[in-house]
Amino acid sequence: MSDVYIVGAGETKFGELWERSLRELAVEAGLRAIENAGVYSRDVQVLYGSNSLAGIINGQENIGALLSDFSGIAENNIPAIRIEASTASGGAAVRQAYLAVKSGEYDLVMVGGVEKMTDVFGTELIDLTSSVLDREWEAFFGATPAALAAITARKYMTDFNVEKDALAMMSVNDHANASKNPDAQYKNKITLEQALNSVAVAEPLNMMDCSPVSDGAAAVLVASENYVKRHKLEGIKILSSANAQDYLALHSRKSLYTLDSAKVASRKALEGAKIKIGDVSFAEIHDSYSIYGLMELEDLGFVEKGKAKELVYEDIKLNGRIPINPSGGLKAKGNPLGATGVGQFVEAYRQLKGKAGERQVKDSRYAMLHNMGGTGSMSVVHIVGGE
Amino acid sequence: MGEVSRFWRESVHRYRLVAHKCGNCQRTYFPPRDVCPICHRESVGKMKEVEMSGKGVIESFTIVHEVPSPFVRQRPYILAIVKLDEGPSLTAQIVDADPGEVEIGKRVSAVFRKIAQQGTAGIIQYGYKFVLD
Repeated sequence: MSDVYIVGAGETKFGELWERSLRELAVEAGLRAIENAGVYSRDVQVLYGSNSLAGIINGQENIGALLSDFSGIAENNIPAIRIEASTASGGAAVRQAYLAVKSGEYDLVMVGGVEKMTDVFGTELIDLTSSVLDREWEAFFGATPAALAAITARKYMTDFNVEKDALAMMSVNDHANASKNPDAQYKNKITLEQALNSVAVAEPLNMMDCSPVSDGAAAVLVASENYVKRHKLEGIKILSSANAQDYLALHSRKSLYTLDSAKVASRKALEGAKIKIGDVSFAEIHDSYSIYGLMELEDLGFVEKGKAKELVYEDIKLNGRIPINPSGGLKAKGNPLGATGVGQFVEAYRQLKGKAGERQVKDSRYAMLHNMGGTGSMSVVHIVGGE
Repeated sequence: MGEVSRFWRESVHRYRLVAHKCGNCQRTYFPPRDVCPICHRESVGKMKEVEMSGKGVIESFTIVHEVPSPFVRQRPYILAIVKLDEGPSLTAQIVDADPGEVEIGKRVSAVFRKIAQQGTAGIIQYGYKFVLD
């Protein structure tokens, strides 16, 4: 089976982009990836579009057709399919591209992730984003993604004797890194005090524990070994791709603070790449809420359960032992749901090519990328790099 | 999302805490499900309705300040995951309590309450909330 490479990557700025539409954002990211790879859009054989909530936020379904049409490739009758896996749509879409190339069916695949969230705002948007939960048995009773993360946080902090500072440090780190990322939604550094004193969202979590409402798009081109050789491209290898599921509702899982989907997917991804967790040079993790950052450090395998607090003050920094979210992460780079997981690949591609500018992780060889759906119902983990 | 049938069809489970018990392994599931995730095909046709006591323990909770549109008039509210004595856990509000009184591990009982309303002219939804014992 063919090795699989990322041969181009591009993204829009993430943020509240009031003047930009869903389709404009997607096309911009796609064109940037095409330009970056130095290929022609007519060479693309299939397009996977990842998106989470356009149906209810923008009133637009049939996303595959929309992206194909406005990126100009509908003219060439190139198939285009939307991949929806909640907030893990981006990782899931890259995985589909990986499988499509691995199978030998395609040599060049475009993955484009997009979300346009600011077309709805306030309490209405909170209701719509709560559709990634179990609508009838969680959201019906007043649960929101933030509320469930908060329930998890309280239990975690109680059982492992963890102070709120440790959670806030995830956000402090994200903001510090995002200050060096031109595509990030927030480029301001924040102090621990600012993080702790922001307004309450769902106690014990406050605004600085929560990823923002974001618009944005990201795209990567995934190619076969043959294609890379034929066109003399310099790609970054996708060494492994893994995907695991857990119960949809938090209340149905075995533990409120153990992400079984992340545990299973990361173990499979490491096995697939034939590396150990200690070989990972940096990771982009799905810290939509600060508490998830800590849980992911544990469940992805960087540290034992309950001990992420030992990593968050120093080790996760850009120049630390295991840099986490050099892009700025979901808290500060931004979290345009369907684009988030694809954006992680854009960051990894730049980092591993040594083109991440001020936020370059030194001597980086392997990146672990973790994209998560809902409150942990799905995890997609990829290992890229290695050359 | 104001269609009456969507709420009506779950009313027996939400009004009386009716769960499903697997006839093969005897585990109880709430919300009800037609396949036992442990027994798989061995459970098909053997999931029986059972009414739960409504008694349980707070596993964890939050006070929600940033609320979705149907809950604006209840802001802020206490949301918890409650582990019922019969085994399953569920997500529900804790009411008639000050946030300061609510703690992990405290015992609670189910009460029948209004949950939310679909806009000003929409149907009113009912179901379970919990009070401290």
